[in-house]
Amino acid sequence: MLDGILLGLQTAFSIQMLLMVIGGCLIGTFIGMLPGLGPMSIIAIMIPVAISMGDPAAAIILLAGVYYGAIFGGSTSSILLNAPGVAGTVATSFDGYPLAKKGQAGKALTVAAIASFCGGTIGAVLLMVFAPALSSVALLFHSAEYFALMVVGLSAIAAFAGTGQVAKALLMTVVGLMLGTVGEGTMFSLPRFTMGIMDLQSGLSFVTLAMAMFALPEALFLVLNPPKPGSGKSEEIKGLRITRQEAKSIAPVIGRQSIQGFFIGVLPGAGATIASFLGYAVERNIAPKGEQKEFGKGSIKGLAAPETANNAACTGSFVPLLTLGIPGSGTTAILLGALIALNVTPGPRLMIDEPQIFWAVIISMYIGNIVLLVLNLPLIPYIAKILTIPRNYLIPYILFFTLMGAYIGQNNATELLILVGLGVCATALKFADYPLAPLLIGFILGGMLEDNFARSMQLYDGVAFITARPMTMILLALAVSLILLPSIRSKQAKIKANRVADGD
Amino acid sequence: MALDRWIALIILGFCLIYGYTAWFTMDVGLAPFMKRNPIWPSTFPKILSVLGATASFFILFGVEKKEDKVLDIDYRRLHEYKLGQAILLLSLMIVYALLLRPAGFMISTGFFLILGSVILGERKWYMMIPIALISTFFVWYLVQEVLGIYMRPYPAWFGV
Repeated sequence: MLDGILLGLQTAFSIQMLLMVIGGCLIGTFIGMLPGLGPMSIIAIMIPVAISMGDPAAAIILLAGVYYGAIFGGSTSSILLNAPGVAGTVATSFDGYPLAKKGQAGKALTVAAIASFCGGTIGAVLLMVFAPALSSVALLFHSAEYFALMVVGLSAIAAFAGTGQVAKALLMTVVGLMLGTVGEGTMFSLPRFTMGIMDLQSGLSFVTLAMAMFALPEALFLVLNPPKPGSGKSEEIKGLRITRQEAKSIAPVIGRQSIQGFFIGVLPGAGATIASFLGYAVERNIAPKGEQKEFGKGSIKGLAAPETANNAACTGSFVPLLTLGIPGSGTTAILLGALIALNVTPGPRLMIDEPQIFWAVIISMYIGNIVLLVLNLPLIPYIAKILTIPRNYLIPYILFFTLMGAYIGQNNATELLILVGLGVCATALKFADYPLAPLLIGFILGGMLEDNFARSMQLYDGVAFITARPMTMILLALAVSLILLPSIRSKQAKIKANRVADGD
Repeated sequence: MALDRWIALIILGFCLIYGYTAWFTMDVGLAPFMKRNPIWPSTFPKILSVLGATASFFILFGVEKKEDKVLDIDYRRLHEYKLGQAILLLSLMIVYALLLRPAGFMISTGFFLILGSVILGERKWYMMIPIALISTFFVWYLVQEVLGIYMRPYPAWFGV
């Protein structure tokens, strides 16, 4: 491991890489503060820039910097304006905004910065410990297990979608897989579902789909439902310091939430949003009675908990991506797509074949966290100025960067028309509360899933591969139970409720 | 019928067309030696079509219990939102896509940024035009000169 760390330090401490981290964090913070633009949209917009750099290590370091920056930026607008830029920072506004209203905006931002820093750093240490261990286990996997593992990943994303959402998430995943079959596959050089259109021969572009699923609907939602003026005004930011007493009270919260957040982030489909809400709920429940009343009215514990948890979860979500090549969230799915475009396949072989990328990403997480703390703390009052950009200027630019992202990747104007078409479809799906991340994850994993399926079928001359190895069977059984579990649970709850009613 | 069920119905139709192609038309031109393989190009799509149709049925018939959720935008009251602006911006994007090649990057992007702001209700021309022109040039310089991706700046008949 020490060799790896040294290799990572060597790669990440070059001037170019340091500039990437600093640039990524700053861009992420600036854009992440804009309400309605989440890390997924920002990363999607940044992908063409990252891909055109040509160096996979630099690209993923830039994108990871943007990711942390976006989460941090989201918390700034949550605290100052009560307008979370990212779903993962909604819980931050519960106590952050009341603190800002009390005139303690500076203190709130400092607590958020420290909590983010600790969550991210502890998360990176845990990642360093767990990723190599998991990746050595994953080396024992064959194509059949890979296929089964991807099925588990996809069903977990559907299963964690929430009550009443499992079928929708499942349908979206299948639609994503179907879109992934358009064009010529790697196993068969035969065009499929192209409807005779030449532009579809190489399949749909992942960047176009990512833009259409995330950036465009979010921008359209901003147009349709503009935030009401006067919903919050930036208070004057002063008094960045926190007292020793306050630091002592938030230290255990930060410790607990770093670990909890990290492990929630590792689970596929969970991610920063669930980690932050759960972190907030857990800390409120275990706080002493007197402090419990403070939650929601400006408790610094209530601010530190979600901030720590969401940053630790962001780091945690890199574990399945780097070790198994399976993204657990929409954001890591986009990162996976970018890596594949740069000819790097994340998975257990990544640590062996390209250790400099693996370790550089981990080391860059430390650098990213320090950069966020050092650069953002003194810059906070100036950064907050971006929130005053009028919407009339902002939206055309968001739409323009979305279009550019799709155009630069393919250099094809037809791609822009496909983008608008898919974007309108995605907006309709968003109206009907269909989750869009499973669609993109399905699209990205589709090719790999089919390749592993085809390879196993050929090796075992049919579907016998399912029963040939116990690991495959266990994983597939797990996938089925993950999908069935939510409906069984709700049935049980119904029966229980009926019994109580009968008892009355 | 609620919007999510309508969408499930549309996706069901999509799955049926996709399935029809996979089950009945795709294997027609398959070479004889490929037919001896345990896996055909249509195998995976066949499975997907069945899975997709089943999931759409589940949503269509409301098998799963729904949780009432407050959404950011209620589609039933869509007319109360700024629908006109959204449609105009989408149309502007289509026009931009069609104009980008023939009119060149500078002219089409400048128009897109200025008209986009105008659609959203901005009337401060003295701010709008310089900002749009400067950022158009800046992005073009970044993409073409820094990243090295060719983008024709002016229409072809300019001869530049």
